[in-house]
Amino acid sequence: MTHLPYILASYGLFAGLAGILAIGAALRLKAARTKLATLENSALRRSGAPTSQ
Amino acid sequence: MSASQSFVARTGSLFHRYANPGRFLRLGTRLQPWLTWPALFFTLAGLGWGLFYAPADWQQGDSVRIMYVHVPAAILASSGYAALAVCGLLSLVWRHPLADLAAVEIGPVGACITALCLATGSLWGKPMWGTWWVWDARLTSVLVLFFLYLGHIALIRAFDDPQRGYRAAAILALAGAVDLPIIKFSVQWWNTLHQPDSITLTGAPTMSSSMLWPLGLSMLGISLGFAAIVVARLRAAVMESRVRSLLSSTRRRGENA
Repeated sequence: MTHLPYILASYGLFAGLAGILAIGAALRLKAARTKLATLENSALRRSGAPTSQ
Repeated sequence: MSASQSFVARTGSLFHRYANPGRFLRLGTRLQPWLTWPALFFTLAGLGWGLFYAPADWQQGDSVRIMYVHVPAAILASSGYAALAVCGLLSLVWRHPLADLAAVEIGPVGACITALCLATGSLWGKPMWGTWWVWDARLTSVLVLFFLYLGHIALIRAFDDPQRGYRAAAILALAGAVDLPIIKFSVQWWNTLHQPDSITLTGAPTMSSSMLWPLGLSMLGISLGFAAIVVARLRAAVMESRVRSLLSSTRRRGENA
């Protein structure tokens, strides 16, 4: 294959960038979901309603 | 009420149906797997086909395989900024609350894809043109687009009052949209080193179908991936904003007690 380093660099850059963005978004989503669930459960507990836990 | 005012009001009410964060979260949760898994499948299929099975170009050799990453990145760089401009319009005209959050989340993803477009263009240019960079109209206008994205990211976070940041960034997004037709038509308006478009909406593609199919698949996959990442970030942003409002209401209740 001709120009292999340039091709590998392009695909590598894409894979790296896509991986960082996707993993970053997934981790952020998971953290936000956990925090929101905790807060909503404690708010429900305070109001006396039955919680999901 | 005049016809134009009623059009604005009707369009505004249509957009505001989806302004409710709870409704958006439900829609986003349902949409997420339909974006993520096809994105992964089509991207792997398109790039795998382009890298291992598509033919080499008779002039460019194997470096034509860079096109399967570069072209989707270039199209998404412009489309992402168009989406930013639409968010700006929704924010300025209809004060759509999700449009501001969407603009915050689209900006960094768009900047990354524009950087990828510039980097892969350079990686193609070095073996083909013998240089990493030329101040060609197409390349320069895409570099301007990258700076517009950076400016948008900086501006939206530059104010203590987030509303002022959203408003300033929305104006920049709308003004910066002028760059999009310049990018599109730069290869026709000026004598550029960058080749003219091989795929247009009005004419037949000037590319063999053995290259067009993997390009189409990678275009579809990377576009769905872009949408999947933006939706995931936007869902996280909506949840974070609910967390902030819950925390502040708890704090207020504690102060009043």
